[in-house]
Amino acid sequence: MKSSVIIFPGSNCDRDMDVALKKFGFQNKMVWHNDDNLPESDLIVLPGGFSYGDYLRCGSIAGKSKIISSVINFAKSGGLVLGICNGFQILTETGLLPGVLQQNKNIEFICKNVFIKINNKENKYFKNIEKEVLELHIAHNEGNYFCSSDELKKLEDNNQIAVSYCNKDGNCDDNVNPNGAIRNIAGILNDKKNILGMMPHPERMIDKYLSGEDGSLFFKNLLNNLKK
Amino acid sequence: MKIKVVVTLKNGVLDPQGKAIQQTLNGMGFPEIESVRQGKYFDLEINEKDEAKAKSKAEEMCRKLLANLVIEDFKIL
Repeated sequence: MKSSVIIFPGSNCDRDMDVALKKFGFQNKMVWHNDDNLPESDLIVLPGGFSYGDYLRCGSIAGKSKIISSVINFAKSGGLVLGICNGFQILTETGLLPGVLQQNKNIEFICKNVFIKINNKENKYFKNIEKEVLELHIAHNEGNYFCSSDELKKLEDNNQIAVSYCNKDGNCDDNVNPNGAIRNIAGILNDKKNILGMMPHPERMIDKYLSGEDGSLFFKNLLNNLKK
Repeated sequence: MKIKVVVTLKNGVLDPQGKAIQQTLNGMGFPEIESVRQGKYFDLEINEKDEAKAKSKAEEMCRKLLANLVIEDFKIL
């Protein structure tokens, strides 16, 4: 399976993502934001980081970069697009995913492990994944997901809330909401379920000794689903 | 010509920075401050002599980039 990771000025999780994708068997290519065309890909990843120094709004400038029109076309034709952290912010700024990621409620940069509950397994990202709750890392200042109440109703009705912040047993409440995100939302899918944006970083959880391996589960599972 | 644009958060959207500024002002001896909402200000130098045309260009820029209409409103001054 072929993947491409887009690099923007200020991306800093692009190489971690490259390592993770290759570790689990993707043939990955790195793509510069100023390129016109995407290489042939089964998966496009918008990595974490601070594209354009978070100027104006996080992800807003990257969301207008040259390669993005190809990413939008790829996504609209049903291709898999995964945005992690800043990548999620970019996806909302392009309009591929609804809503916006605002500054964390407590005005603090948060860097810690969290638990997320998988709400929807009817998609390529989570189908057949062995766990209901994953322990992943978050590191962000703007992860407070917000959308209008109409949009939230659409997300819920269409089962688009992919993952929510929870405790280790899978219970979601305000105490385990790190950033104030509406309904504890950690990640959402588009209505066709081919685009996933989420704040937690699976690429940081792929080593048995250093981090734990819930990220490994995510990548192995995604690769298996793509092969089918 | 010069066009000034102000982008502010919509009513009802949480503004933690504004809230922190308000609390700090209260603590500094301004108890009369009841609310602070923080926004952004842009000076646009537009190569266009017709004011109406320049403002309409600025509005397009606001809709496409300068403001995120999910949470922000803009005003062209």
